Amino acid sequence: MTKQIVFAIALLITLGIFGWTMSRVFSYFKLTKPFPVGDWGKRIILMLKVAFFQTKIFRLPFIGLLHALVFWGFLVILFGSVEMIIDGLFETERSLSFLGWCYDFIMAFGDIFALVIAIAIIVFIARRLFGHIKRFSGIEMKHISHYDANIALTIIFLLMISLLGMNTFYILQEPETYKGVFPVSSYIVQLFFMTGNLSPHTIHFWYEFSWWTHILLIFLFANILPYSKHFHVFMSIPNVLLSRLEPLGYLFNMPEITKEVKLMMDPNAAFAEPAAEEEEVGRFGVKDVEDITWKNYLDSLTCTECGRCTSVCPANLTGKLLSPRKIIMDVRARMKEKGPGLTKDKKFDDGKALLMNYITPEELWACTTCNACAQECPVNINHPSIIVDLRRYIVMEESVAPGELNTIFTNIENNGAPWQFSPEDRMLWAEGLEMNEV
Amino acid sequence: MTEKVKIQVPIIADEFAKGHKPEYLFWVGSAGAFDDRYKKVTREFVKILTYLKIDYAVLGVEEADSGDVARRAGNEMLFQMQAMMNIEVMNGYEVKKIITCDPHDFNTLLNEYPNFDGNFEVIHHSQFLQKLIHEKKIRIKSDIFKENKITFHDPCYLGRANDEYKAPRDVLNAIPSVKVEMERHKSRALCCGAGGGQMFKEAEKGDKEIFIERTEEAIATGADIICTACPFCMTMMTDGIKYKNQEERMKNYDIAELVSMSLGL
Repeated sequence: MTKQIVFAIALLITLGIFGWTMSRVFSYFKLTKPFPVGDWGKRIILMLKVAFFQTKIFRLPFIGLLHALVFWGFLVILFGSVEMIIDGLFETERSLSFLGWCYDFIMAFGDIFALVIAIAIIVFIARRLFGHIKRFSGIEMKHISHYDANIALTIIFLLMISLLGMNTFYILQEPETYKGVFPVSSYIVQLFFMTGNLSPHTIHFWYEFSWWTHILLIFLFANILPYSKHFHVFMSIPNVLLSRLEPLGYLFNMPEITKEVKLMMDPNAAFAEPAAEEEEVGRFGVKDVEDITWKNYLDSLTCTECGRCTSVCPANLTGKLLSPRKIIMDVRARMKEKGPGLTKDKKFDDGKALLMNYITPEELWACTTCNACAQECPVNINHPSIIVDLRRYIVMEESVAPGELNTIFTNIENNGAPWQFSPEDRMLWAEGLEMNEV
Repeated sequence: MTEKVKIQVPIIADEFAKGHKPEYLFWVGSAGAFDDRYKKVTREFVKILTYLKIDYAVLGVEEADSGDVARRAGNEMLFQMQAMMNIEVMNGYEVKKIITCDPHDFNTLLNEYPNFDGNFEVIHHSQFLQKLIHEKKIRIKSDIFKENKITFHDPCYLGRANDEYKAPRDVLNAIPSVKVEMERHKSRALCCGAGGGQMFKEAEKGDKEIFIERTEEAIATGADIICTACPFCMTMMTDGIKYKNQEERMKNYDIAELVSMSLGL
């Protein structure tokens, strides 16, 4: 009974904090602009491919395989965690074991994956500490980012060790009657505990210790995640499901501009009665977080700071200031900063903005819109769309594009080409054109 | 000495006046019409069209910049004006199919013009050449490139932007020659550095120019021809070859030029 009460309180605290965090994080979605989604059939296929089969993570095959094993392992082990919560609340033991061979199968895989994940995590930590992987550094990678990564990896490692411990002592506790199949833990029992010199009391203590360590670490982990880059554990599957289906080359249209252009090009519009009450025209492009779409914000919550985007960015590779990862991290940080104020007051202004205080024009103008970043992102974040949206604000609201770009705008407007040539000369290339008779 | 034949490039307004609706519109693009190096590519591609008796026409002076650069540089207003003007002209001529040698215009016309009632079947010239080779309308017997080592530089707006990696490679495979891939190719290809408005401005401060990084990668393959399929890539790769003093050893050709030369046009 005491165990039940303690467990229920721990679970309630966990859910309470988690719910509070999530409601805060999600309340900021109300501040964002719409982003159309449809075509659910295609989306589900995309989610299966990119999220569940991890197709994009495999673009780096070795480390990709390790990540995929961790992900698949989590899915299997999740089943055991659900069972632990049921067991904790109702003081049952192995409550889902009535599933028979299916249960044995899942337990066996969970047990094997626990070992596989523990090994993968050791590799991950070693790579971070001694690997000198270039993409783990960069101007946006502060100390906190590295702590964040190492803390999460350590927790996962301890989760796996406690799971193996739990299984091992469970077998020792009920050697004849235990339910499920545990290949790794059985082996550990054979290796170390065959002497039978542990008293039932000791075995029971270590079983309870592992059980509580495992479940409490899960509760702790769940509440650390939303404050960490490891939020992707929750967010990546929905983010992939909701990611754009259009070819990467497509830039989203601005219907509010279409309205303006149609008015300009319509000869009757100039003489028409002005509309009685003009609705307030929003800002063109993105200056601050209230101008972004909810998908941009979701992208920023999903970012794992893995840096695959930045590692393939041609601008970054050649020493320019732009780092696509920084752009996404800036969106998240700025929303965290301005979100609370904006939630209370739509006109909240702290004298800062995403553009200038976080992201500088120098970064934005270094982008070639080559889409290498978006192509590489394992969770389908789209960096170029936000970069172009920020450029749109700079150009259309502030008119401070680099001089050379202003020149081509003028040329296109006046001569229909970026260069200063007369439109009459558009066919000069065809003059005197002849070919060999073949 | 082979006979020379004059080519009269058909203008869509004239064809329309004669009551003839050409099957294809050849979208020349601003670079194709005004960039000195790419004008040569336009001419070579027109030779292929003429040689194969393709029923096509160009917009001529009625064509205006697609607006791609303006849009990516943030000037949405200008982009939409260009798009609406071009679409009005093309819809007026009942254009259905468009071929272009510019992957940026290919992307804009294909993916972005539909937002403004411009619904066309848009074909990049590498795809068009691929189709003609598949249909055996183009048969390359000449072996002028037999001794050459060709590496293909994927344009971002054909490759990553629209997932077309096969067409240009199929075309190159029809040309007897040695093919080599750069370390970063297909979806991992490195940009030439000219997209998103960079073509028209100084690069931001850094420790290297992107086009040099890419040219070095091409040189490392041992190729003596960099094949491109985009006007911006061509400017950058040609500059890179000059910068690295490789002009004696290495040439930069567009995929249409390689086909046209192989056909002896």
